[in-house]
Parts: sequence; C-alpha cells; structure tokens
Amino acid sequence: MTLDLARSLDLLQALLPELVLTTAGMVVLLLTAWRHRTPADLRLAGWVSLAGLAAAGAAAWWLWWNTARAAGAPAMIAVDDFRFVLDWLFLGSAGLTVLVSFDYLERERLLAPEYYVLLLFGTLGMMLMVGGDDLMVVFLGLELMSVSVYVLAGINRHSAAAAEAALKYFLLGAFASGFLLYGIALVYGATATTNLSQIGSQVRSLGLEHSPMLLAGLGLLLVGFGFKVAAVPFHMWAPDVYDGAPTPVTGFMTTAVKAAAFAALVRVLVEAFSAVAAWHGIVWWLAVATMVAGNLIALAQHTVKRMLAYSSIAHAGYLLVAVAAGSAAGSAALVFYLVAYALMTLAAFALLAAKGRDGERDVRIDDLAGLGQRRPWLAGALAICMLSLLGFPGTVGFIGKWYILVAATAAGRLPLAAILVLTSVVSAGYYLPVIMAMYMKPEPFEQAHAGMRLGRLGGVAVAVSVAGLLVLGVRPNRLLDLAKTSGEALHAGPARIVPGAPPSTATAR
Amino acid sequence: MYGQWVLTALLAWPVLAALVVLLVPPRWAKHVAFAASLLEFALSVPLWWTFAPNGGIQYVLDLPWIPAWGIRYTVGLDGISLFLVLLATFLVPLSVLGSYSYITTRERGFYALLLVLTSGMIGVFVALDLFLFYVMWEVMLIPMYFIIGVWGGERRLYAAIKFFIYTFLGSLLMLLAILALVYVVGQRTGVYSFSYGHLLAHLGGLGALAYWLFGAFFLAFAIKVPMFPFHTWLPDAHVEAPTAGSVILAAVLLKMGTYGFLRFAMPLFPAVALDPAVQRIIVTLSLIGIVYGGLVAMVQPDFKKLIAYSSVAHLGFVMLGIWALTLQSVQGALLVMINHGISTGALFFLVGMLYERRHSRLIDSFGGIAKVVPLLSAVLTIVSLSSIGLPATNGFVGEFLVLLGVFRSYPLAAVIASAGVIIAAMYLLPALQRVIYNPLDKSTNEKLADLTPREIAVLAPLVACILWIGVYPQPILRRMEPAARQFIQTVRLNAAAFTAVR
Repeated sequence: MTLDLARSLDLLQALLPELVLTTAGMVVLLLTAWRHRTPADLRLAGWVSLAGLAAAGAAAWWLWWNTARAAGAPAMIAVDDFRFVLDWLFLGSAGLTVLVSFDYLERERLLAPEYYVLLLFGTLGMMLMVGGDDLMVVFLGLELMSVSVYVLAGINRHSAAAAEAALKYFLLGAFASGFLLYGIALVYGATATTNLSQIGSQVRSLGLEHSPMLLAGLGLLLVGFGFKVAAVPFHMWAPDVYDGAPTPVTGFMTTAVKAAAFAALVRVLVEAFSAVAAWHGIVWWLAVATMVAGNLIALAQHTVKRMLAYSSIAHAGYLLVAVAAGSAAGSAALVFYLVAYALMTLAAFALLAAKGRDGERDVRIDDLAGLGQRRPWLAGALAICMLSLLGFPGTVGFIGKWYILVAATAAGRLPLAAILVLTSVVSAGYYLPVIMAMYMKPEPFEQAHAGMRLGRLGGVAVAVSVAGLLVLGVRPNRLLDLAKTSGEALHAGPARIVPGAPPSTATAR
Repeated sequence: MYGQWVLTALLAWPVLAALVVLLVPPRWAKHVAFAASLLEFALSVPLWWTFAPNGGIQYVLDLPWIPAWGIRYTVGLDGISLFLVLLATFLVPLSVLGSYSYITTRERGFYALLLVLTSGMIGVFVALDLFLFYVMWEVMLIPMYFIIGVWGGERRLYAAIKFFIYTFLGSLLMLLAILALVYVVGQRTGVYSFSYGHLLAHLGGLGALAYWLFGAFFLAFAIKVPMFPFHTWLPDAHVEAPTAGSVILAAVLLKMGTYGFLRFAMPLFPAVALDPAVQRIIVTLSLIGIVYGGLVAMVQPDFKKLIAYSSVAHLGFVMLGIWALTLQSVQGALLVMINHGISTGALFFLVGMLYERRHSRLIDSFGGIAKVVPLLSAVLTIVSLSSIGLPATNGFVGEFLVLLGVFRSYPLAAVIASAGVIIAAMYLLPALQRVIYNPLDKSTNEKLADLTPREIAVLAPLVACILWIGVYPQPILRRMEPAARQFIQTVRLNAAAFTAVR
C-alpha cells in the first residue's frame, strides 16, 4: 500500500493508529468527567482504555499487513516497519500496565480514573515520537509523553515520595527538553530544515559533516536524549523518580518511555546524522559509562525497587551499545532488546507491586526471604524475570543480549562487547540475591508473605510476560524477523515511491 | 530410528520427568525420579554396543533452530563424548538413590533440579553447534546453583554464588569468543554458521586474534576443570553441596572443562595450542595442580575438602595427558576422566554416608570404625586405593597411561607427575588410617550402623566398575582409540597447515 502523504486521505490513513488512540483517549476523558467516584468507574475506564489500545494496535497491524509505505515528497510522518513494531511495543506495554493497575489502584485507594487518560496520551506521545520523520513532530511527541508521565509519577497525592519524584522529573525533564529544543534550533540553523531525511541529504550535499553549528546541535540533541534514556552522566534523576513513582508507573516509565526515547534517538541519528561520524564516539563513551556505573551502583542497593531502578540504567547502557553499533543489525538488536526488556521489567515491577502493598519502596531484597516456599508461582515468575534480566540462556534476555553482541561484533566494536559481557557478570551480583533470598533463606516470620496479592488481571499480565520471556527465549525466530525488517527499514532510508507509479504488489505475507 | 533420536530423547526425557516429579506428592518424588533416571540410563546403554569405534561422529541429528543467525540444533557423539554421556546417565540414578535419606526438605524441587541438570550435562557433551553448546553449558549452571544454595551446608550461600560467578564469568567471555570466531570465519567464507563442523573445516586467518579467543575459551574451561589458580571455588562448592551435588559436580561437571579443551579449545585453535609458550604454561599449571592439590589435601581436617583438593590433582593429570598429545596420554586422560568420576563419586558417597551417621565430616571425629562398620570400611578402602592408583584398580590404568604418554613429550613433567601419585598415597592413606583403623576411642562411634541394602545398591555398581576397568580396560580403550587418534591428528595437521601458510 502506497500512501501519498501530501493527500489528506492518505495522511489520515497513515496516522490511523494515532487517530484511533486519540479518540480512545478523548472517550475515556469524557467518561471520567462523567463518572469518577467509585471503583466500578475506575474499572470501566480501565476496560475502555484497554479496548482503545487494542484498536490502535489493530490499526498499526493493518498498516503493517498492507506494507504501507510513504510516497512523494519527504513528509513529517514516517511510514515504515520500525514505527509499526515499536507502536506494538508501546501499546503492549501500556496494555500490560493497565492490567496491573486495575488491582493496584484500588488497593492503593487511588480513585483517579485520569490515570488511564494520561496513560493513553502518554502512549500517543510515544507513537508520535517514533513515527515522526521531523524533529518538530518528535519534539511534540516527546512533550506529550513527558507531560503525561510527569503527572502519572505524582498521581498518588498522599505520598511525599511520589510528589518529590514528580517534581524532580518535571524540573529535569523540562531542562532536558530545553537542551533538545536548542539542539533542534541549531540543526535547523545549519541545514535549514527540520525534516530528518532532508537534514541527512543536506549534510551530505553541503558537506556539513564538520560544521560547528551542526555538531553543537547534535551534541545538544544527544544531551537531551541522554536525559530521557537515563544514560550516565545524565541519569541523576532516574533512581529517585523510579523509586518514588507508583510501581506500575515505574514499570511503564522504565520500559515504554525509555523505548520511545531510544527509538527516536536511533531514528534521528540514523536518518539525519548517518554521515556525521562524531556521534559514534560519544555514544560509545555514553554506553561504557552507563553500563559500568549502572551495574556497580546497583550492586550497593538494598531495596528491590531501587535496585531495579539502577538495573534499568544498566540496561540503557546495553541498549546504547546497540545504538553505537550504528548498523542495521544494531537497530534491529535495539528493537529486539526493547521488546525483551519491556517483558521482563513489566513483570518484575508487577510482582514487586504485588509484594509491596502500602509501601513497595520499602521492600528490601531480604524481605523476599522464603517466598519460594510460600508462593511458589510468584517466586518462580520473579526468578525467571531476574534470570532474564541477567541474560541467562533459555530466556529472551539472553537472546536480546546475544543480538546486541552480534551487532557490536559485526560492527567491529569488540571492546564494547567485552565491557557488556563483563558488566553482565557484575549484574549477577544483584540479580542473584533476589533469587537467593526467595529460595535459600528461611521466611523471617510466619505470615511474612500473607498480604501479597497480585489480583487476577495482574496475574494475567505477569503470566503473559513470563510465558513470552520463555517462549521467545527458545524460539525467537518470528520476533527476530520483525526486528530485522524494522531495523533495515530505518537504514534503507525513506524509500520514496514516485506518485503515479504502479502500486506495490506486496500484499499477503 | 534409535540412532537418530536417542540423543534428543536423552536430552528431553529428564526435563519431562522433572515436570512429573514436580507434580507428584512429595513423598513419591524420589521414587519417580529414581525410576526416570533408571530409564534414562537404560535408554543410553545400547549406545555402548551400537557405537562403531571407527565411525567418527555418530547418532547425528541436525535440525534448523534460528536460521537467521545460522544456528542449528546439532547433536552427535564420538568416542570421547560417548563415555562422558554414559558416565552421566550411570551416576544420576545412583545419586538419586544416594539422596534418599540425605534430602529431607523440598524433595520435589531437589529431584526435579537433578533431572534438569542431567539434561544440561548430556547437552554439553553432545552439542555440535557452538550456540547450543553455550546454552547447555549455562543451563546446567542454574540447577547446580540451586542444589548447592538450597540443600547445602552452613556456608551454602557463599559457596553457591562463588560457584555461579566464577563459571558465569568464564562462560560469558567464551560466548564473546564464539561470536568473534563465527564472525571472522563467516566473513571469510560468506557462511555465518555456529556449526562445529563448519568452523573446524574453515579455520585459519585469525592471526593474533586466535590468542585472544583461545584465552577466552581457556578461561571458561580452566575455571571449570578447575586448573590452578582458578580452583578456589571448588573446595567451597564441594564442601557445602549435598552428597548428590558433590558427586555430580566432581564426576561430571568438572569433566566439562577437560571435554571443552578436547572438543573446542584445542581443535579450533591448534596453532595456539601447539605454541611452545602456551604449552609450557599449561603443562606447568597442570603440574602445579597435581602437586599443590595433593599437598593441600594432605593437611585438610575435613574429609570432604580433602577429596575436593584431590580432584584438583586428578584433573591435573587429565590436562597433562591432553596436552602431551600422544595416543597413550590422550587415552589415559580420557580414562582418568572416567575413573575420577567413578572413584571420587564413590568417595563422596561414602563421606556422605559417614556424615549421615555421625553429622561430621572431620577426619578426627572418626577412628577405628572398621570394627563397627566393616562393610563400609572395606568399600572405603577399595575406593581410596583406586583413587590413589593401586594396580588392579581403575586409577592405576589411567594414570599409568598418562605418565607413559607424557614421558615421550615432556620427560621432566612425567617425573614430577609421578611424584603426584606418591602424594596421593600420602594424603589418602593416613586419612584412611585415621578414619577406619587406629583405636576406637570415641564413644559416639561405637554404635554406628553398617551399610544398608540401599547404600550397598549405590556403592556396588561403582566398586564393580573400579575393579572391571582396573583389570580389563580394553573394551573402553578400544572404543576411544580412534577418537583419540582423530583428535591428535586434527590438532597436529591443522597446526601444521597454519604454520605452513604463515
């Protein structure tokens, strides 16, 4: 299917997933304005949100199935597999978060159906970020996402920690947006366009590889994105924010938000700055610093949530290795790892939320002692998540790391691959204690785990994620193909088809 | 039909059985596990007769797994891995039987993990795809980690995490080396494949990188063997592990390291393996392992720790035999691998039985128990003598062949290694004397019970093997000879080819 984005009807089709999700968001917004008093209203909003996410996913699937591609002059929207696959990731993460939230919100007495509205608009922002073929669209998406997530982080108004987290996130996030915007301005100054592919061709045709203005703009962009993906040394906000936000929101932030930032970063770097060599070295060092610092600081944590927060920084480092590879394989590895990481982290945070009840911030690793005997299923699921985060064979975490290593080796980044491997060994030092506590230490006192409650829907979310972890760990072929085509789509550049040419014959897959 | 699917069945059956074990009532778990492991052994026994010594790699099954990366599910067996697979399937039923009274908590989990471990071990020995090999290599790590960590002794957490981190560090570097190797070979041939056969057929062109890759493989395998100075995890793991864990650890898991050298590290990097400097380092480390392991074993008050250090010494013999690259020495090394599995396995069983009776492993808590438990003492004597290497026991044949073969390549090393045999007598015989002879001076030892029928059933097959291999090792040697010859040829020819190119 070829879409000429200059025509309104085709543009509407290309934006179908976003439009569907916007409509769903509006509907939920109206609904919550109408009914927002009882837990039943909350559940209703949740179910409508799920339906909206599913509809948007179906729209993205429809475009993907028909191999939709853009034609004509460079437009503001990219239509490629990279966008569709990541759309699914965002929608899926949001869906799992909604499932986990049903029980969590009621238990925490957070009768705020706006929660779901914000979740939907945040997801919409992510889809715009990854779909934007123009720095302005990317920025708009980023702001839409960020503003929604600022509020989500502080949605529990009874918690001082959540308020602190939200404020911190807001201040530093705004700061980062400033960097990003200034970077965009400088890049526009150097190339006279904000369209990604046009920036790319301008850089090449005008020989701007060493233009100071462009390089300064690129640097500022990297700083801005570095904040959003929580790369060291721009990670200072992350542990406190992840720690203070409600746990399902933390899960959403560490997976979908981070995935969106990474996806936008890769698209910008590959499409606009592939000719500029400068960023390779910068990303190389960012990756090293993030892997080393994230893993080492995580070792020193005692509470599970903060440990997972630092572990998420460490994983940002692994993802940066995929970015640093700079090849189609690297982008494919990034997509694969983002999916893998989303599955394992969402499940881990959902389980943590179940354990925490009123204060999941205070769950120390030793508080999980004896869980293996008391709640074998939950402990088993958490153990599998930990092994997957560690990158153990048989789980998708291993295949993901393997893919990144393959990409890094093929791109000649062997030292980077070696650092990834060594820091992974370090990470055993903080993932294994969780398993050790659950299985190898006795329950501290009778009924220590009596209050642990996951809820039926939360259980579904965890079961789906863990099953996904294991199945994809043994049989990743389908997802590998998807990741590969999406990675290649990004590097093939926008394959513009001249309007009027016979439509593409690719239909059935 | 049998030939093609037997290895896959051997891999799949324990995992299925483990699921069943998890579902049955706890008091049935051990019986189900025992039946399952016996069946596994029965399934593997026909290999002994159907194996054709001159047939190269047999029982091959080759299926696509992840085509996008050139990863296939390839399994097969040759004269080297045949005996290791049989050793594993032989020892698992005995380990289950030996744990009947030792493991009293969370039995289902224990036996399920033991069965999963079986799959992992067999997988390591039959994998002919480097990706599959790596996966199996890691898969066996988790059950062992749990077995030590959950059912171990006082310092089990420390021992478990030490075991895990050591192995994990080595294996991840090996993973990187595998990747780099496949990438370099792929770049030259245009075929990116993890298949062992493909990589072996297209070696060369690695240059200095070969040393780095060999180093990564070496680290992974040397930790596992364990070679001096990477052995420090072993005493902790052995002492803390429950009996069955120690038996499997010593008898099979350590062999993965030496097997890795035989199958991967040396054939894939022959030029490095035959580099005189590398040879000197490894031979020296092996000798240090033999002498140092023996000397440290001599001063151990804990019987289990003594056996653990004796493993370091025995594995030193294996490494020496492999590296001497003569037919006798390689065959001897293979035989020592099997013998060590049988003798040390039996020793760990015996120590476990003593521990169950007395709740102590200290040599000093015993003394003169030959009068009280004559049968146990007799078995302990036979097994100890076989571990020392007394003629007419299995230990003698293997170590003698190694020394014979090594003498032709490294005469001095053979002389030093011979001292290792004497040291073995110096640490085991006094220990034996202090445990079963000497006066019976502790009242707690006066009422020890002798072997039960179940314990006899565990030990009898091991003692039978000790005597059989000691008297008539020919059937084993005959089956492993072509594979050993093949191994030496591969290394020497490939190395020669590379040197000629350079």
